[in-house]
Amino acid sequence: MKILITTQRDFVAQRFDLTAEVVIANVENGQLVGKPRAIIMDRPSAEDLCNMIMEENIAIVICGGIEDRHYQFLTWKKIRVIDFIIGDYETALQQAIAGKLHPGDLLPLSRSDLSL
Amino acid sequence: MKKTFAVPGEVLLEDLLAGFPHASAVLDEGFKIVAVNRMFEALTGYGRDVAVGVYADFIFRSNMGNNRGQVFQRVVETGETATIEGDIVNRSRKKIGIRFTVSLLHTRRGSHTKGLLVVLEDISAIEATAQKMLSDWSSDIIGHSPKMQAVFDVMPLMSQTEASILITGETGTGKDKIAEAIHRNSPRGKFQFVKINCGALPPDLLESELFGHVKGAFTGAVRDKPGMFKIADKGTIFLTEIGDMPLSLQVKLLSVLDDRAFYPVGGERKESVDVRVIAATHRSLREQVEAGAFREDLFYRLNVLHIHLPPLREREGDTRFLLDYFLQDYATRLGKEIQTFSDAALRHLLNYAYPGNIRELRNIVEYCANVCRKKNIGKEDLPAYLFAQVQAAAPKIPAPDLTPRREAAGKTAASPEDRQAVSGDNWTEIEKKMILEALTASKGNRAKAAEKLGWGRTTLWRKIARYGLG
Repeated sequence: MKILITTQRDFVAQRFDLTAEVVIANVENGQLVGKPRAIIMDRPSAEDLCNMIMEENIAIVICGGIEDRHYQFLTWKKIRVIDFIIGDYETALQQAIAGKLHPGDLLPLSRSDLSL
Repeated sequence: MKKTFAVPGEVLLEDLLAGFPHASAVLDEGFKIVAVNRMFEALTGYGRDVAVGVYADFIFRSNMGNNRGQVFQRVVETGETATIEGDIVNRSRKKIGIRFTVSLLHTRRGSHTKGLLVVLEDISAIEATAQKMLSDWSSDIIGHSPKMQAVFDVMPLMSQTEASILITGETGTGKDKIAEAIHRNSPRGKFQFVKINCGALPPDLLESELFGHVKGAFTGAVRDKPGMFKIADKGTIFLTEIGDMPLSLQVKLLSVLDDRAFYPVGGERKESVDVRVIAATHRSLREQVEAGAFREDLFYRLNVLHIHLPPLREREGDTRFLLDYFLQDYATRLGKEIQTFSDAALRHLLNYAYPGNIRELRNIVEYCANVCRKKNIGKEDLPAYLFAQVQAAAPKIPAPDLTPRREAAGKTAASPEDRQAVSGDNWTEIEKKMILEALTASKGNRAKAAEKLGWGRTTLWRKIARYGLG
């Protein structure tokens, strides 16, 4: 199972359509397999991101704010979207693997948010 | 020095924000949310229990370019309020157009000496309207002739740039309307559009009007006064009759255009402004440059983009449309049942040269609408001065075929030779007579006389001076 997280430096990106960087992690039997892969996109584009999610066979998308049309498209394609996450992406990934991440979660920040 | 006001006792930020008509949030110096109002909760979908204590960008989810808090940091450093248009994605997954206004908050006591106030104004409705307006540029500018269509074609492009524009055209061709339409449809449209007539004021007064003055700069300067350039900050300043601007001020204007900063009259502190300049003139600036009455460098600086508005006599077919449009307008305003022009009246109106262009045409129609007591405007309802001119030119102008409508209007475009006859040498005498009659009728009141003639006050003043009637 592949998990994609939209990122902005160490954090889950605020917005899906403004994301220029994603992290893709492979998870098998509740364990992280290998090192998560970071991909930098040519430009921020919700449409390009949706295409990438389809091509990479992503099962779960973890993101910040997402427009309804993109959310509906992804869920229609049977992709689980955990949106409006606030926090650093590593914690979000850990929580998702543990099955404890829910839409709108405000995660305890493992780094100082002033680093933004 | 800035005046400060203190509210006695402790003031709860929530109580203060509750009175704001837009979604608002107060941030601390680390840009975390300290307080929000109910409008903010409704707009973003985040309750204060979640939002307070969180870095603001995580809640706003905006595209205002606040990467690493750059916008917030700039406001803190400069103390200048930032206004940015963008959008947010709220908790209902809806993208909403927002105008963000970020301003600095000073506190006198407490651990935090500075904070920020962020106001989020929902502009989605305004954006929808603006989009509609953009699609129809000619909504309040009437013109179907090819020359006007060419003007309409370039206007959207000009509105999206920051370059200076020079609008030329005879008096009454609608230079002001075009300038305002360009401003309204530009990214500066939400800010001020300030119009100033460079020919209407003496040089010293004009300098003070344009650039402002400080208290004590001259006798009567009892307080600081911001100039039009400062008032138009972030907006557009429209300098009409730029050809009449004195040379001394042209130098100062050039430096403002180059440096985006100026000194107010008597001031020691340089004022920075972000203003787009649109200039207009009925004169040929190129000829004025050659005659040494206009600075060449300023001419090139203003003439980055150029629009020339054709006179009405060159706008084939538009005269008839404008006559009908203004007749309907004035009939509605005056509550009269006037429907159209009689054939005889129309023949005279279509043969007339309209040296005052659309302004003159509008005033002729207003006169007719006021005077007419029937359903159709007859020859007897037209202003008397039209006949003097038409009679002088009558042998040279063929009677137009009044049907069908568009063809009739097209035939009114007389040849240059014919127009010369219409507005030939004797026009000066007719104009002098018109001025004298108007002044007599208005008992010497120039404003009323100008209104009666369908001219601007400046035009009347200039013509009085030219004919030595003053």
